[in-house]
Amino acid sequence: MDQKKRIVVIGATSAIAEHCCRLWVQCGPVELILVARNVELAGRIAADLRARADQAEISVETLDFLSAPAIAAAVARWTAQGPVDMALIAHGVLSPQQPCQDDIEQARYSIEVNGVSPVLFAEAFAGAMSRVGRGTIGMIGSVAGDRGRRANYVYGASKALMDRYAQGLQHRFAGSGVKIVLIKPGPTDTPMTAQYKARGRRLASVESVAQGTVDALERGTPVAYLPRKWRLIMFVVRALPDFVFNRLNI
Amino acid sequence: MRPVSSWGRLSAEPHQVTELSDIATLANELSGRGPAIPLGMGRSYGDACLNPGGVLLSTARLDRFHSFDPENGRLVCEAGVQLRDIQRFLVPRGWGLPVIPGTQIVSVGGAIANDVHGKNHHRVGSFGHHLRTLTLVRTDGQVVDCSPGVRSDLFAATVGGIGLTGLIATAELQLQRVAGPWLDTEIFAYRSLDEFLTLADDSESLWEHTVSWLDCTAGSRPRGIFLRANPAVDQSGKPPLPRRLSVPVTPPLSLFNRLTLPVFNSVYYQLNSHRRRARRRAFDTFLFPLDDIQDWNRLYGPSGFFQYQLVVPRDAGPAALHDILDIIARSGQGSFLAVMKTFGDRVSAGLLSFPTPGITLALDFPNRGPRTERLFVELDAVVRNTGGRLYLAKDARMPRELFEAGYPRAPELAKFRDPGMSSGMSRRLMGQ
Ligand SMILES: Cc1cc2nc3c(=O)[nH]c(=O)nc-3n(C[C@H](O)[C@H](O)[C@H](O)COP(=O)(O)OP(=O)(O)OC[C@H]3O[C@@H](n4cnc5c(N)ncnc54)[C@H](O)[C@@H]3O)c2cc1C
Ligand SMILES: NC(=O)c1ccc[n+]([C@@H]2O[C@H](COP(=O)([O-])OP(=O)(O)OC[C@H]3O[C@@H](n4cnc5c(N)ncnc54)[C@H](OP(=O)(O)O)[C@@H]3O)[C@@H](O)[C@H]2O)c1
Repeated sequence: MDQKKRIVVIGATSAIAEHCCRLWVQCGPVELILVARNVELAGRIAADLRARADQAEISVETLDFLSAPAIAAAVARWTAQGPVDMALIAHGVLSPQQPCQDDIEQARYSIEVNGVSPVLFAEAFAGAMSRVGRGTIGMIGSVAGDRGRRANYVYGASKALMDRYAQGLQHRFAGSGVKIVLIKPGPTDTPMTAQYKARGRRLASVESVAQGTVDALERGTPVAYLPRKWRLIMFVVRALPDFVFNRLNI
Repeated sequence: MRPVSSWGRLSAEPHQVTELSDIATLANELSGRGPAIPLGMGRSYGDACLNPGGVLLSTARLDRFHSFDPENGRLVCEAGVQLRDIQRFLVPRGWGLPVIPGTQIVSVGGAIANDVHGKNHHRVGSFGHHLRTLTLVRTDGQVVDCSPGVRSDLFAATVGGIGLTGLIATAELQLQRVAGPWLDTEIFAYRSLDEFLTLADDSESLWEHTVSWLDCTAGSRPRGIFLRANPAVDQSGKPPLPRRLSVPVTPPLSLFNRLTLPVFNSVYYQLNSHRRRARRRAFDTFLFPLDDIQDWNRLYGPSGFFQYQLVVPRDAGPAALHDILDIIARSGQGSFLAVMKTFGDRVSAGLLSFPTPGITLALDFPNRGPRTERLFVELDAVVRNTGGRLYLAKDARMPRELFEAGYPRAPELAKFRDPGMSSGMSRRLMGQ
């Protein structure tokens, strides 16, 4: 019998991550380690996944997402139990911009949760995967990281940090069996964007973004914009000269 | 506030949409709001799931399975789970939903609250017959379980209760064993209502699914296509992935109109009447042909469309249907998707459940304002005089007295209503 695929999901209560898990358990036997700060909710997600597929082996873990020693210890533990095929790092918080400007403590929190913490997780997995010479690390960035905007530049800058970091890892692992995948969703229908939805904004469905994420991880696509039209849109947005961009209200 | 339409796209009134997301805090989330109504996938055609100017309690994110018992086929899940999701995960494991309407993109809560039926009604009854228990959360924060055995009166009020007895949070469903994703299907052309009835009667004892499509532009000498299906003997092979199409924009006019309808109907009839009689087809494409065309309801243009679904008792059936087809032919307003089926004799589980023994006919009409309403008034008279009724899931306009005549048990609902729940439909048909 072939080995179950082992997948660690960091921020497993994220709607995008949860829908990825549904796709994984549907595809065949997997072992999922769901890592979340809200253990009670993660437990309900685990029950859902078990009810969907009896061959899935699912466990729930928690830790302090901002503590480097805790992250190092946890990743060491998971990888000691056997090689990890995939790690999806999904957590994030869409911090509103104004509070970050009014209180730099808020800005620090946003940068740590959205930028520093994912990088620490990825670095810990990268070490373990380089030792076995294979594995895939997926990180969920955002189109917001492609160009700073007054509406959300603290969040955007944290996501941009992930961009350069993933680029560096891709360079480090070029030609090896370790793949680094950066997912850049556009606005997606999840609890994170509830206030946009209430204002009638059109959002991509979480199912389609999850499907795109699972596909990109499978193929090892270095950078995946989801839905794909965002690649073109962000190309244009990045290319706009400052004197034009700075006058736009976007 | 944002504009919300139901499937018929007849209105786009502003609503305050609350996305319920956590089953654990529902009681809190529901209490202390103005009149509200649950919203599932919004596949009802009229105002059953609308509450203009008020609150909609969207269940789309209450979409988790709680447990599945693979020995007995019992699934406990949240009300926002889509029927398609249940099929996707459980058919490969040998279990499926006994009842699925003509689209799988409906929620468990919506399927209960309209007590929906499928093409196998003559065999298995409607959705409510396969429920073991329900958990209701009321707007005063109370959480109440009910089932056919416990608080059976509240259960009967909730099945088919169009959301008025409280929010269904979770349900335990009894699934049935399924052999696989394939059906053996047969197709026949018929050229009169009598021929249809003979085909239906002959098929009911041996075939699990029966349905027919009727060309109502042909007037009182109707012709149509009768389809029947059973689980396939040969379940080998994976069904092909459906081709997904979508209607990206709303055309400025309904594409179904006086000029195009006879052509569409004729082409459809000719294509199908020459098809090979028996063949194996994938379950999904046979039962839910429209699910592969995203947003097909836009084809009816910016004014939207009505679906008029009636059921008339079997004895009165043939005469009533002749009258109905005559009225439609005279009005010059045809319907492209006219679907006709016979219901079985099983007594429905809910006070307001639609299925009653007889013949049901569902017709789609583009909204042409007063002209369309005049046609409906004539059709209403036939329905009323034969002791029939219209389906609430499809209705956006029936007069209150037709509702009261068609649903004589409606007054019994009053004492089970959640005072915090009210919809466009409940105000129109029940005064509050
Ligand atoms: C293409 C198509 C084909 C169809 N074919 C059939 C068919 O063959 N047979 C049939 O019976 N119907 C059919 N229907 C109608 C459809 O099955 C019903 O309208 C169904 O109720 C829609 O479910 P929904 O999740 O979209 O619910 P909605 O339309 O959003 O809501 C329906 C009702 O359920 C209530 N409700 C929803 N969730 C809850 C909850 N959690 N608790 C309490 N109340 C709730 C709402 O308040 C509303 O009154 C068809 C519809 C379409 C679009
Ligand atoms: N939705 C979009 O439009 C969109 C667009 C671009 C990028 N993204 C990115 O996609 C990823 C997934 O987001 P989503 O849309 O699925 O949103 P979501 O459902 O709101 O998920 C956010 C997740 O982040 C976790 N989280 C937040 N702060 C945390 C902290 N301090 N410690 C640990 N976990 C924390 C949350 O955990 P709790 O359950 O404990 O709160 C939750 O699991 C995020 O990185 C987000 O930035 C989303």
